[in-house]
Amino acid sequence: MSSTDGTTAPRKIVIDPVTRVEGHGKVTIRLDAAGAVEDARFHVVEFRGFERFIQGRMYWEVPLVIQRLCGICPVSHHLAAAKAMDQIAGVDRVPPTADKMRRLMHYGQVLQSNALHIFHLASPDLLFGFDAPPEKRNIIAVLERYPEIGKWAIFIRKFGQEVIKATGGRKIHPTSAIPGGVNQNLAIADRDALRARVGEIISWCTAALEHHKGYVAANRVLHESFATFPSAFMSITGEGGVMDLYDGTLRVIDAEGKALIDGASPASYRDHLIEEVRSWSYLKFPHLRGFGGDDGWYRVGPLAQINCCSAIDTPLAEAARRDFMAVGGGHPVNATLAYHWARLIVLVHCAEKIEQLLFDDDLQGTDLRAEGTRREEGIAWIEAPRGTLIHHYTVDKNDQVRSANLIVSTTHNNEAMNRAVKQVAQTDLSGKEITEGLLNHIEVAIRAFDPCLSCATHALGQMPLIVTLEDASGAVIAREVRQ
Amino acid sequence: MSSERFTFTVDGVPVEAEPGQTVVEACDAAGIYIPRLCHHPDLPPVGHCRVCTCVIDGRQTAACIMPAAKGMVVENNTPALNAERRTLIEMLFAEGNHFCQFCEASGDCELQALGYLFGMVAPSFPHLWPERPVDASHPDVYIDHNRCILCSRCVRASRTLDGKSVFGFEGRGIDMHLTVTGGHLDESALAAADKAVAACPVGCIVIKRTGYRTPYGRRRYDEAPIGSDITARRGGAKD
Ligand code: SF4
Ligand code: SF4
Ligand code: FES
Repeated sequence: MSSTDGTTAPRKIVIDPVTRVEGHGKVTIRLDAAGAVEDARFHVVEFRGFERFIQGRMYWEVPLVIQRLCGICPVSHHLAAAKAMDQIAGVDRVPPTADKMRRLMHYGQVLQSNALHIFHLASPDLLFGFDAPPEKRNIIAVLERYPEIGKWAIFIRKFGQEVIKATGGRKIHPTSAIPGGVNQNLAIADRDALRARVGEIISWCTAALEHHKGYVAANRVLHESFATFPSAFMSITGEGGVMDLYDGTLRVIDAEGKALIDGASPASYRDHLIEEVRSWSYLKFPHLRGFGGDDGWYRVGPLAQINCCSAIDTPLAEAARRDFMAVGGGHPVNATLAYHWARLIVLVHCAEKIEQLLFDDDLQGTDLRAEGTRREEGIAWIEAPRGTLIHHYTVDKNDQVRSANLIVSTTHNNEAMNRAVKQVAQTDLSGKEITEGLLNHIEVAIRAFDPCLSCATHALGQMPLIVTLEDASGAVIAREVRQ
Repeated sequence: MSSERFTFTVDGVPVEAEPGQTVVEACDAAGIYIPRLCHHPDLPPVGHCRVCTCVIDGRQTAACIMPAAKGMVVENNTPALNAERRTLIEMLFAEGNHFCQFCEASGDCELQALGYLFGMVAPSFPHLWPERPVDASHPDVYIDHNRCILCSRCVRASRTLDGKSVFGFEGRGIDMHLTVTGGHLDESALAAADKAVAACPVGCIVIKRTGYRTPYGRRRYDEAPIGSDITARRGGAKD
């Protein structure tokens, strides 16, 4: 029925620029002539076309457009693009209100994204065991068996989304970061509603962290050995190496904790990183310049965020970081499953940061935007929930984007995910049969990295997978599909 | 023709008009909203878009170009007419490339506001996804042809209000497109303050570097549905 009274009609018109590839995670395991695992590949087909779509768009549109193209962590893309466009607009420092609004939004995003991952996606594996049947390993089962964890899952995530809405105008696709600043400050009513609940959110985040530590203590051997390998780690850190998820310089450490790169600025990313293209993957393989593709790869994400920083500037998360680092005995923690523990520490940190900011009067400031002299190039990075996200644009004199290059967190982890799958295959593949156990373990290993792929982010947990086994000549000898 | 005021009815409601007024003009003055897109109160009406179509004395007629007449019987806000209007709006969405989620005009756009008014969520026609250019050559204004609905408001405003004739059309039917005298915007006489810029009902002719400064959710049609400025006149219009 049509009406022209304007009161009942929905106010939403949705036309999507890209049809997202919803699909299976595809894994190929290649055997050598002797039948041992030689290589494993995790194929990613999702990051296509957005760099082209952006070309020719006006630069101030990019923070909004880009988050619609790469759909899994829209807030991080929105902010990374806005930071790059600050530079295009000639602004090196946005006003404090703008900086803090964006930070608050970012902490809200990392909080909700980490909560989604920990509770909805990973906790079923951890609580019911990796080999529990997939139909039992999901958030519904968690809600039934562990109602307390179910409550954390729902309300921590919801709180993060409300922070995003209060700072960004919308709860999934915020719109408030614009070149040079933001277009709104934090309304008192929103601030007060969030203030009233943040204490409880912090206590739930720490309870979830303690609960997880109990799990680690009870499963120490599995925790340290599953899909584990040493690697370098990369993350942005703030001044003095203190954790800063929103802005800072780049630090890369090797598996022993020695700094390979430190203090690098966004503008220098190409001096440090090479993006290698391999024929079989749409996802590039970035690695450190001067180390080669075989040795120069690294991991990003929560594990890297914790391993790379020298301290955390919020007390609960800092105490948790010290506990965590004690496991490595002064070295970075290399266990793949430690991603989850690290993710929980970051979760606590974000909740603490949100509390600090909610009591900062700068958020009600009215100086929202700075201006400067137009530049042609903008490069920015941010620690997204899944790790370092880099945006690089050039803009012509007509204000149109000439080129865009994005390195998303999952791209950085490409090599590491392949190694993790290979590790699992080496441990779990006996003979030429793709067993249920192998499928489960591949799923758990990939999930630790929380890749931003539609196959890995179904809110109900199940990861659709296709695993193919090839002999030394490349002929398929087995194939299993899990829906 | 006499200069006497006269009366006609719209959906059964008597409306007073003066000679020379179109149906839309008389209804606007009386606080009755007839949905429209190509019509603009400061521009000569042309009857391009047909969104204002009413049943007038039993025949479908574009109300923006139809002179009001004594005793006329106009049907405007009926389910059948609104369904047709909605179809027209959906066709306009399908013919261009409209991604409201990140459009600068979202919330200020008349096409989108009509979509809202008629309860449209996504067009039911197949998208044509035409290849259309962006002309950003002008220092202060750009045209995103992806969002042009060929309403000719800019053409008329440039000619009659700005005295410039910056815009025109070329081609026919589905190939019809907006052109700029001189080729590109930087070769035209357009200035950012021109009425032609402000006349565009959608996010096609846009002032540069000001996008998104007003947050989504706090824009014209976020505050009140399209046409409510007109219906607000009802009752208050009598002297
Ligand atoms: S011009 Fe209007 S309808 Fe088209 S995308 Fe922009 S807001 Fe939506
Ligand atoms: S540019 Fe705007 S005003 Fe001109 S014809 Fe297109 S939609 Fe209408
Ligand atoms: S408004 Fe009457 S035809 Fe467009």
